[in-house]
Amino acid sequence: MAVEKFPVEGSHIMMFARSVGDDNQIYYDEDHAKGTEPGKVIAPPTFAQSSAQFDPNYFLRPKVGEDWFGSGGSPTGVKRESSSGGSGGGGGGLHAEQHFEYHRHISPGDVLTATVKPGKSWEKEGKRSGKLMFSETITKYRDQSGELVITARGVGVRTERPVDA
Amino acid sequence: MALSASNLNVGDTYTECLVEDLKRTQIVQYAGASGDYNPLHTDEIFTVEVAKYPSVFAHGMLTMGMTGRMLTNYVGDGRLTKYGVRFTSQVWPGDTLNSTATVESVEDGIVNLKVETTNQDGSMVLSGYAVAKVD
Repeated sequence: MAVEKFPVEGSHIMMFARSVGDDNQIYYDEDHAKGTEPGKVIAPPTFAQSSAQFDPNYFLRPKVGEDWFGSGGSPTGVKRESSSGGSGGGGGGLHAEQHFEYHRHISPGDVLTATVKPGKSWEKEGKRSGKLMFSETITKYRDQSGELVITARGVGVRTERPVDA
Repeated sequence: MALSASNLNVGDTYTECLVEDLKRTQIVQYAGASGDYNPLHTDEIFTVEVAKYPSVFAHGMLTMGMTGRMLTNYVGDGRLTKYGVRFTSQVWPGDTLNSTATVESVEDGIVNLKVETTNQDGSMVLSGYAVAKVD
């Protein structure tokens, strides 16, 4: 997702670390972090994905004044003909792969930008879910000096029907 | 503590239990922290009745994030240079996940690791690699 301004903040790192069950104090406590090899709080390895919080148009976040496709009084809040279940449930497909390359580890105080460009796309016949349509995106995160800090490559997949459990 | 190349051998493994009996609340926590509020992960009614899955399921990135914790516990803070995965099966509430890093090579101050996370049935839910600097 393209993001013009992704301020890396200590409390966000703390909440992210909690959510992945990581109690390493380098993510929580500046004083502890001073005694570690990096010498300061750093972000956990997959934290850059939470740049979604700073993408004003991110489609998987409810927005004021817009329909949301999750349940409310009825199973979906979208006012349209119900789909026949394709596309993995209208959530924009599923995540197939994710790759990160760390040029340096990010810390509170960094202000990142993210630029996105499409990569390859391909199709495959899946055993459990019909035809699979893959597409790749490359996201480059740069810091406040314009230095490249993380290169991310994601692969999304859309399926003809929900994946069999 | 960072790893020392002189103590590493090809085939060495490091394993951690990532989560026991994954709770829906943890998936909600991850949604809130990451900003990915896809109802497939948190909204049982939508997921079962509209999307036709048996229940909500974890974000792939939650599994990658928990697996990342195993990796940083093994290689040390700030040592990863690459980390990539394929999501091979869905992770459901109630799952118990274990994750293993296996040393594939060590040279020039760099360790290459194979990374695998499996559920309580032994099914692989994530497979990938990591590269880290070692002393």
